[in-house]
Amino acid sequence: MISVRNPLLKSLVSSFLDVLPILVVILIFQFLVIRQPLGNIDDLLTGTALVVIGLTFLVYGLEQGLFPIGESMATSFARKGSLIWMIVFAFALGFGAVIAEPTLIAVAEKASGIAAGSGMINDDQSAREDFALGLRLSVALAIGFALVIGVIRIILGWPLPYLIIVGYLGIIVMTSVSPQQIVGIAYDSGGVATSIITVPLVTALGVGLASSIKSRNPMADGFGLIAFAALISMTFVMAYGMII
Amino acid sequence: MDWIVNFGKIILETVRNVVPIVAILIGFQVLVIRKPIAHARKIFFGLVYVLLGISLFLKGLEMTLFPLGELMAKQLASPEFIQFENSDGKTSWRSYAWVYAFAANIGFATTLAEPALIAVALKVEKISGGAIRALNLRLAVSLGVAFGIALGTFRIVTGSELYLYIILGYGVALIQTAFAPKLIVGLAFDSGLITTSTVTVPLVTALGIGLASTIPGRNPLLDGFGLIAFASLFPIIAVLGYAQFAELRTRAARNSKDREDR
Repeated sequence: MISVRNPLLKSLVSSFLDVLPILVVILIFQFLVIRQPLGNIDDLLTGTALVVIGLTFLVYGLEQGLFPIGESMATSFARKGSLIWMIVFAFALGFGAVIAEPTLIAVAEKASGIAAGSGMINDDQSAREDFALGLRLSVALAIGFALVIGVIRIILGWPLPYLIIVGYLGIIVMTSVSPQQIVGIAYDSGGVATSIITVPLVTALGVGLASSIKSRNPMADGFGLIAFAALISMTFVMAYGMII
Repeated sequence: MDWIVNFGKIILETVRNVVPIVAILIGFQVLVIRKPIAHARKIFFGLVYVLLGISLFLKGLEMTLFPLGELMAKQLASPEFIQFENSDGKTSWRSYAWVYAFAANIGFATTLAEPALIAVALKVEKISGGAIRALNLRLAVSLGVAFGIALGTFRIVTGSELYLYIILGYGVALIQTAFAPKLIVGLAFDSGLITTSTVTVPLVTALGIGLASTIPGRNPLLDGFGLIAFASLFPIIAVLGYAQFAELRTRAARNSKDREDR
C-alpha cells in the first residue's frame, strides 16, 4: 500500500480509494458492456476531485463536529437526570431533521403524483400538495416518535429484539390492511428520511446516552435508534394511507 | 466566474437544509442544558467542515456520477440493449442479466463511498475496541446493498409483489437475531438506514425509475418505489451474518487451541 505521513494527505488518499470503486464500475460498464464513448472527460475529472475532497472534509467534520456535539448533549441530559427534557429533545431532533429533509420533499412530491394517478386523492394541485405535506408530516412524526421510544429503551434497558419483533408484526398487519399504492412508498420512507446529518447525530445521541448510564454498554445499547425509525415510519405512512 | 456563483448557491442550499437541526441543537443547549459546550471551537470548525464537505461532495456528484449513473441505468434497461430471447417478442427476466450485474456493482460501490457509513464504521471500531473492523463492517453492508438492489431490480423486471420480499427478508433477519451475538443486533438493524443517505438513494432511484419506464407493463411511478427498501433491508442480514461468521471463527480457533493445549 502507499504509505503517507501527512494526516490530511492520508485521508485524501483513503477518500480516493473509497470513491474509486464507483469509477471502476461505471468505466467498465461504459466500455465493455454499453460500448459507448464517455462524455466530457474534463467534467469527470473535476467532479471526481470535488467528490474526493468533499468526502474528506465531510468525514473529518462528522468526527470532529457532529459526533462530539451529539454525545456531549446526550451526556448533559443524562447528568441533568430529566427524562422529560430528554424525550422532548429526542422528538424535536427527529421531527426537525426530517420535516426539512430535501430528499423526502422530492419523494413526497413524486408520491403525490402516484396517489392522484391511482385515484386515492383528487387530481388537482391543492389535493396533491396536501397529500405530500401529510406524507412528510407522517414520516417526521414517525421519526420523532421512534427516537423517543429508542431513548426510553436505552434509559430503561428494554431488550431491542422484542421491540423489533413488535414493530415487524405491526408492519405485517398494516401491509395487509392498507391500500396497495402506499406500500412501496411506505417501505422506502425510512431510508429516504435519514440523511447524512441525521445519521451521525442520532448515532452519537444513542452512544453518548448509553455510555453515560453506568449499566449500559455503548455497543449493545447505543445502537438501534435508527432501526426504530425505519419500522415506525413504515407503519405511520401506511396508517396515513388508510386515513385518506 | 460561473462556478463560483454556482458553488455559492449550493452552499446556501446546504446551509438552509442544516439550519433547522442546528437551531434545535443550539436551542436546547442554551435554554435547557444552560452550560457552555466543551470544545466549542473544535466543534464549530468541525461543523464548518461538514458544510463545506457536503457542498463539494454534492457538486462533484452532480457533475459526474449522477448523470453518468442515470444514463447507464437508462441505457442498460433500454429495449435496444435488451436482447429479445423469445420469438414472440416477449422478454424473459433472463434478458436483463446486465441490469442485475450493474445494480449489484453500483450498489456495492456507492455504499463504500457513503460518508455516513464511513463515519459510523470508524466510531464502531473505536467503541468495540477494534473487535469490529471499520472496513469489514462497510464491506458487509456493501454486500448486503449489492444483493438487495440486484434482487430489487429482479422484482421490478418480474413484477412480483414487493411486500412478499420485504416480509420474508425481515423474517430472515429476525431468525438471525435470535442466534446472532447480542452486541451486534442494534448496529445491524441501524446499518441499513445508515447506508441509504447521500450517494446511494439518487442513483438507485434513477435505476428503478429507468427500469420501470422501459419494461412493458410496469408503471414507473408505482414500481419505481421499493428499491430503497431492499437497499436498507439486506444490509441487516449481511451484518448479522458477518457477526455470526466472526463468532464461529473465533470459537473454532479457540477449540483447536484447546485441543493443542491438551
